[in-house]
Amino acid sequence: MDIQAFIKGLEAEIEDLPPGTLKPDTDYRKVAQWSSMHALIVIAYVDANFNVTLSGPDLRGTNTISDLYNLVQAKLKNV
Amino acid sequence: MFSEIKNISFRGLSACVPKHVERNIDYTWISEDERKMFIKSTGVEERRVAGEKTTTADLCERSANALLDKLKWDRESVDAIILVSQSPDYILPASAAILQHKLGLKKTSIAFDINLGCSGYIYGLYVLSSLMTSGAVKRGLLLAGDKSTLSTNFKDKSTFPLFGDAGTATALEYDEKAGPMYFNLFTDGSGYRSIMIEDGACRNHVSEKTFEMQKIDEGIERAPKHLILDGIDVFNFALREAAPAMQDLLKQSGTAQEEINYFVLHQANKLINESVRKKCRIEPERVPYSIQKYGNTSSASVPLTMLHAIKNEMETKPLHLLLSGFGVGYSWGNCILKTNHVTCTEILELD
Repeated sequence: MDIQAFIKGLEAEIEDLPPGTLKPDTDYRKVAQWSSMHALIVIAYVDANFNVTLSGPDLRGTNTISDLYNLVQAKLKNV
Repeated sequence: MFSEIKNISFRGLSACVPKHVERNIDYTWISEDERKMFIKSTGVEERRVAGEKTTTADLCERSANALLDKLKWDRESVDAIILVSQSPDYILPASAAILQHKLGLKKTSIAFDINLGCSGYIYGLYVLSSLMTSGAVKRGLLLAGDKSTLSTNFKDKSTFPLFGDAGTATALEYDEKAGPMYFNLFTDGSGYRSIMIEDGACRNHVSEKTFEMQKIDEGIERAPKHLILDGIDVFNFALREAAPAMQDLLKQSGTAQEEINYFVLHQANKLINESVRKKCRIEPERVPYSIQKYGNTSSASVPLTMLHAIKNEMETKPLHLLLSGFGVGYSWGNCILKTNHVTCTEILELD
């Protein structure tokens, strides 16, 4: 899955975000509607689509959507 | 641990919630947008909150009395009473002993508490049915519930809008014609810090520090007497363990997923439960919810959901159910059982 498909899928899960809100360099915590519940949605999305677990420390090490995508890719390679 | 228990019939079910309703759309500690997001993600629209003088034991007592009356069971015929709760009346004695007295049960009955939360209903069913399977105990009451709102506080958005209070009663009876109940039960105490109350028991006695509020994160302030809930850790635990454990029990018991009428899950939050449902590939109509009206009610959530969502079917026809609990401990487990014309009360209310 490339990063554009990753973003499209994530935006579909976070229903209150207008499509196109997230870009690879978006600092996702600064998105206006972002709350702690969104972190759980990201975890559920990554678990369901990649069978990859993101922990609290994993998430704290990311800022942008690219960081998230790269983290998932790195974890996939280590499986 | 996998176990098959014979000779136990699931006779009756009752629940009692506080009358006072709190709506999460009115939770002013967080912004309106965040409230809407919280409600959509967790599913919790409103919760029941017990008054200062009402305890878990009171809610369970009301449930038990109503159930015994409806079953027309003589109080003298009950041989065992178990209370599953993490909010007992006192550190000691066991609240089950007090309830034995208040309910007018005989002195030869067994009474004790089990300290478990989200998984507690499954554990309670296992312990009580194990006691009863030999026939020495003919009739037993399982009481399960919590007054979780006593340990949450307004300034902690991770717990305050999630939990509600409830107490339930379940009646089991020795019956050689009853079909088997199947259980699997699990524990991973390495996760004990993810859901905990640090102060107030023996490791950390009550002190001045117990009541000192600290800012933990944005929107999260609490004192050591309050409930800690590490949402991400708990979410990952549930994603990792709940669905495989349910599927294991289906396999071990030789039950096809299609045979199960309803999968009644602990009402953790909607995001977790929907993730578990999708992992198991179960249709939405076979996974009932009560979380929208009552929130996460700890060990009461499975029986409360049965009464809220499938009471009519439980009363009128045979059902094949999978019950699942997972959370604090970490502790988790499942039960597959068949019910038939269960005596149910309405969901009662207490001031």
